[in-house]
Amino acid sequence: MTKYILRRILYLFLTLFIIASITFFLMKLLPGTPFTNQNRLSPEQLKIVKAQYGLDQPVFIQYIRYIGGLFQGNLGTSFQFNNEPVTQLIGQRLAPSMQIGAQAMIVGTIFGILLGAIAAIRKNTWVDTLATFISILGLSIPSFVLAVLLQFYLAFKWHIYPVALWDNFQSSVLPTLALAALPLGNVARFMRTEMVDVMSSDYIELAKSKGNSNWQVVTKHALRNSLIPVVTIIGPMAVSVMTGSMVVENIFSIPGIGEQFVKSITTNDYPTIMGLTIFYSFLLILVILIVDILYGLIDPRIRLGNGGKE
Amino acid sequence: MERILDVKNLHVDFKTYNGTVHAIRGVDFHLNDGETLAIVGESGSGKSVTVRSVLRLLAKNASISQGEVLYHGEDLLKKSEKEMDNLRGNKISMIFQDPMTSLDPTMTIGKQVAEPLLIHNKVSKADALKRAEEVLRLVGIPNPKARMKDYPHQFSGGQRQRIVIAIAIVDYPEILIADEPTTALDVTVQAQIIDLLRELQQKIGTSIIFITHDLGVVAGIADRVAVMYAGKFVEYGSVDEVFYDPQHPYTWGLLDSMPTLNTSEQDRLNSIPGTPPNLLNPPTGDAFAPRNAYALQIDTEQQPPFFKVTKTHYAATWLLHPDAPKVTPPVSIQQRFKKYQAWLEGDVK
Repeated sequence: MTKYILRRILYLFLTLFIIASITFFLMKLLPGTPFTNQNRLSPEQLKIVKAQYGLDQPVFIQYIRYIGGLFQGNLGTSFQFNNEPVTQLIGQRLAPSMQIGAQAMIVGTIFGILLGAIAAIRKNTWVDTLATFISILGLSIPSFVLAVLLQFYLAFKWHIYPVALWDNFQSSVLPTLALAALPLGNVARFMRTEMVDVMSSDYIELAKSKGNSNWQVVTKHALRNSLIPVVTIIGPMAVSVMTGSMVVENIFSIPGIGEQFVKSITTNDYPTIMGLTIFYSFLLILVILIVDILYGLIDPRIRLGNGGKE
Repeated sequence: MERILDVKNLHVDFKTYNGTVHAIRGVDFHLNDGETLAIVGESGSGKSVTVRSVLRLLAKNASISQGEVLYHGEDLLKKSEKEMDNLRGNKISMIFQDPMTSLDPTMTIGKQVAEPLLIHNKVSKADALKRAEEVLRLVGIPNPKARMKDYPHQFSGGQRQRIVIAIAIVDYPEILIADEPTTALDVTVQAQIIDLLRELQQKIGTSIIFITHDLGVVAGIADRVAVMYAGKFVEYGSVDEVFYDPQHPYTWGLLDSMPTLNTSEQDRLNSIPGTPPNLLNPPTGDAFAPRNAYALQIDTEQQPPFFKVTKTHYAATWLLHPDAPKVTPPVSIQQRFKKYQAWLEGDVK
């Protein structure tokens, strides 16, 4: 198991290196420079600024420098944000993003599992129809639309939560809800399909024939088996929450990474864009690794390194 | 002998998109204390539905429209779901057909075997697990102590069926319902499982209802046999009576299609022509009549009642009516009659 995790971590860095390289060259293909919009700079000044950031060097030299910096944990310095190192920029803005991201994932997953399980147990009744309706809403309403709706009703009209503020837990409720809708719909749909399948399987019938009540059958046997495929979608879900958070952070003025990402793209701030891309990739690969480990914990058939047959 | 189970006039219907399927159309049978009753019949004849009705483990679209299931004189069809839960896995338990899919893939087998004990008895988890270990040893799982922590996928098909049996017998049930427990296994393992069931029956003194479509298996385990066709019993009696003195043309057909040691590779196996009737609209007469070479005019008009052959042997065919013409059964059946006669006479002397 340890060996497996170590190997996966090695792959993680290899993947990050490849992603960093691809992003770097893609940046170079973009027209314009960070200083294109600044008309006040004379050609001489522009030349000086470019030299200062090493942008006058051949692309290949720039690449070597950048990768060299990466190995030292240096993501470069931002062109826009007061010449701050990118690592520092990310560090400062990490907490709010992580908080609403994690909250949204937890809320979405737990309520999605519940909704899906209830729908499956009450299959083909009005409860099932209602649950399916909710999950389709969650899937189809874009997070920014939901964000604005929540803002309008819960904040602007009814004053339950602040409109756009970032201080205490109260202020994180609306962005969390806006972000949680998608994972909730996704998980509920998966959970329902899987649980319907599981509930009609032979081992559920056997569990019933042992004298388990319907409730015990669900909690002791059906839930855990239905969760296996649900775990697989946590990875892709994390991505959608991350991308969703870029817009949602902007709407609620949350000083998070997503908001910064959007700003850095509109200003051609290469080091910040690349740094954030690498950081997001890192998060994603980490989530996938955790999901794989979690998978083994839930399903003994794919438990790693126990020499299981079949 | 006490009748511990008495099923009377059982009718089960299934609601489908095409209409109501009358899967069980009036089944009567009983189970004596300590005996093994085999129910045979082809796929779809209603064997499984019949025994699942006893435990009330039917699909959601099924309903028991008529009848009684008397267990020690109490009608199980009138009991609440909670009362049924208390019986299932405790007094009456079930062995399922496919060991590959009957075990929970994410639970250790020790826990799965101990589960009925924990549900029905006030025992500690440790005691239940200890008992599970004993039962696993009893059903022939080698090194049960270590293997308790293993998961189903770490066992072979035959071993898994032994585990399924262990789950069924762990609380020493009075009635064990075995629904084709050997169908999914290969022949050598089948024989082992049959031996195991026989051995366990002697050890824990349970009564068994054994369902199969394999007549060869029946002879090895059953005391009595009931033959089922299209949701009804057509003949029942002791194993010897049904095997060597069969009266119903359907039983003849079944026995005639069994390969024997004399069947050579060139021989074609006999089969019963045609297919079972559609139970959406059950026929008015004998359901087997359209496939029956010995059918009489009355078979298409009126369902035959059970005619008594001996005190224990009954068959539902008009051929047993005093006015019925004499017919000559297939050659292999005549040979069976002869053997039976010789055996009976030998027995008398």
